[in-house]
Amino acid sequence: MKYQTQKIAYWYFLAAMILFAVQVSGGLIAGWIYVQPNFLSELMPFNIIRMLHTNSLVVWLLLGFFGAAYFLIPEEAEREIHSPMIAYLQLIILLVGTLGVVVTYVFNLFHGNWFLGMEGREFIEQPVWVKVGIVVAALMFLYNVTMTVLKGRKTAITNVLLLGLWGLALLFLFAFYNPENLALDKMFWWYIVHLWVEGTWELVMASILAYLMLKMTGVDREIIEKWLYIIVATALFSGILGTGHHYYWIGTPGYWQWIGSIFSSLEVIPFFAMMAFSFVMVWKGKRDHPNKAALLWALGASTVAFFGAGVWGFLHTLHGVNYYTHGTQITAAHGHLAFFGAYVSMNLAIFSYAFPILRGRDPYNQVLNMVSFWLMTGGMAFMTFVLTFAGTVQTHMQRVLGENFMDVQEGLGLFYLMRWGSGAAVVIGALLFIYAQLAPRREVISQGTGEEA
Amino acid sequence: MNQSPAPVPAMAEQDHPLDSLPGDLMIWVLIVSELLVFGAGLLAFLGVRIADPVAFAQDQDSLNRVAGAVNTIVLISSGYLAARAVHSPNKMRLWLSGSMVLGLVFLVVKWFEYTAKAELGIGIETSQFFTFYYLLTGFHAMHVVAGLVIFALIMRWPNPRNLEGAAMFWHMVDLVWVLLFPIIYLVR
Repeated sequence: MKYQTQKIAYWYFLAAMILFAVQVSGGLIAGWIYVQPNFLSELMPFNIIRMLHTNSLVVWLLLGFFGAAYFLIPEEAEREIHSPMIAYLQLIILLVGTLGVVVTYVFNLFHGNWFLGMEGREFIEQPVWVKVGIVVAALMFLYNVTMTVLKGRKTAITNVLLLGLWGLALLFLFAFYNPENLALDKMFWWYIVHLWVEGTWELVMASILAYLMLKMTGVDREIIEKWLYIIVATALFSGILGTGHHYYWIGTPGYWQWIGSIFSSLEVIPFFAMMAFSFVMVWKGKRDHPNKAALLWALGASTVAFFGAGVWGFLHTLHGVNYYTHGTQITAAHGHLAFFGAYVSMNLAIFSYAFPILRGRDPYNQVLNMVSFWLMTGGMAFMTFVLTFAGTVQTHMQRVLGENFMDVQEGLGLFYLMRWGSGAAVVIGALLFIYAQLAPRREVISQGTGEEA
Repeated sequence: MNQSPAPVPAMAEQDHPLDSLPGDLMIWVLIVSELLVFGAGLLAFLGVRIADPVAFAQDQDSLNRVAGAVNTIVLISSGYLAARAVHSPNKMRLWLSGSMVLGLVFLVVKWFEYTAKAELGIGIETSQFFTFYYLLTGFHAMHVVAGLVIFALIMRWPNPRNLEGAAMFWHMVDLVWVLLFPIIYLVR
């Protein structure tokens, strides 16, 4: 650790990993409800568990991004973070908000209250007071990192990272705008949901990937930056108007079908570029970096993101196809693999890279970490296939043959059981990963022992 | 396997094939992206046309082919003047002004075409043909506007490298029109 304030990242990553455990456990319970629909229905209904599953995912990914920024910005800007105090205060606000959200959801507190009660728009259900807290925390964060970068060295990596983080914070402001008209409501809702994951988050992902490649492969910064700019340009070119692929059936004009189909088809390009980038860098770079697990996660992230976001996204993005598949298990398959590949794995890559440095020791527990990679990635891949088959069957029975939704769901039982099994593998993998980061060392892969490169 | 040496700045010394491209790499990324979008749009247009050739032919007949042909000549001439601007640094402003005037002429002609359609009550939702017509020519016209803004910036802050990039962008706008015009206005 070159700079003392990089230590801030440790607490962000720790909080993120705790929420990661909560998120996958929630997923496991939700997955079981698909198998046995009345499970926990009195105690904690499905809609609450699903909210916890999705909200905790988003919060821990954001905590990971914030942590990654606090970790890599000092090294890139060549100076300490402007104010560690603000950074810790920001974390406390976010954690209090998260706790508030969980308690509000689980006990349905202050139902209907405009300020304290849950808001009910998917993914941005948080009570208004939590949203205000998120904005305050985001402002503190942006002030803190921007001041650091402005006073220090400016690199393409920090520029792109800040562009992504500023963008995602500004877009979140649409969470406060909730028009009465349902079509307008959905239209603006996608300004957050789509322009986060298919716009600003991609920039954050690309800059973290570029940082990891720079550190682990030893390829020239100039070459890394060229790739980064191409990735960012193609991501924004395709992703912004790609929002149109959510405007097919919500009451927006028909021309969105063509804008959405054409631009969102091109969204596969930045993901392909990220995959090509990471592999080309590892081949060209001659450095034999000791942190094999972090490299595995970085390569895995860009590969699985290409398949999950790119290929599985394209699968149902053309409006002629989406007319049939909209809102079926195909969407669930895409959503799971895309989030896991692009954002979960990239976060786990930077955790794997940073944790040994933050704790001032060798990259221990590598084998365990890599086992967790294959367990999680294998589980997620299996889940994606199972849900894709389920979605295909569902599309045919429900949309083509016109059968009843619930009747079709009954017929998908076996798929849901297999999905639960693959989810269990992911949960075990996640717990192994957390253990590998936190528990005392066991085995090391280093020169002279076993897996010599 | 033997231990590899200290980090090597890979590819740093050798010339990359991309380095021999004129202009900035990023303008090529943009040009290729634009061609993909317009290409996909035109393919979709032709694909949808197969399903209903009669309606498409009817709608196409209501277009002003003369205006389209005039605009083709105008835009290609504008591209020529932009190329001259790149090659004659002393008269750069003169050539570029000429190129911009023709760009404006293109937009004025396009404006008359659009208003004539609007007076007949024809809009983007009128038919499949007109959805594509307005999407493709509308996006293209926005690029003409963008090109004029870029040229204006270059006139204010001249720089050979940026001028080259701007001219490349302008040629792309030309090229797209040369594809749009026959496919949307002429092909039967």
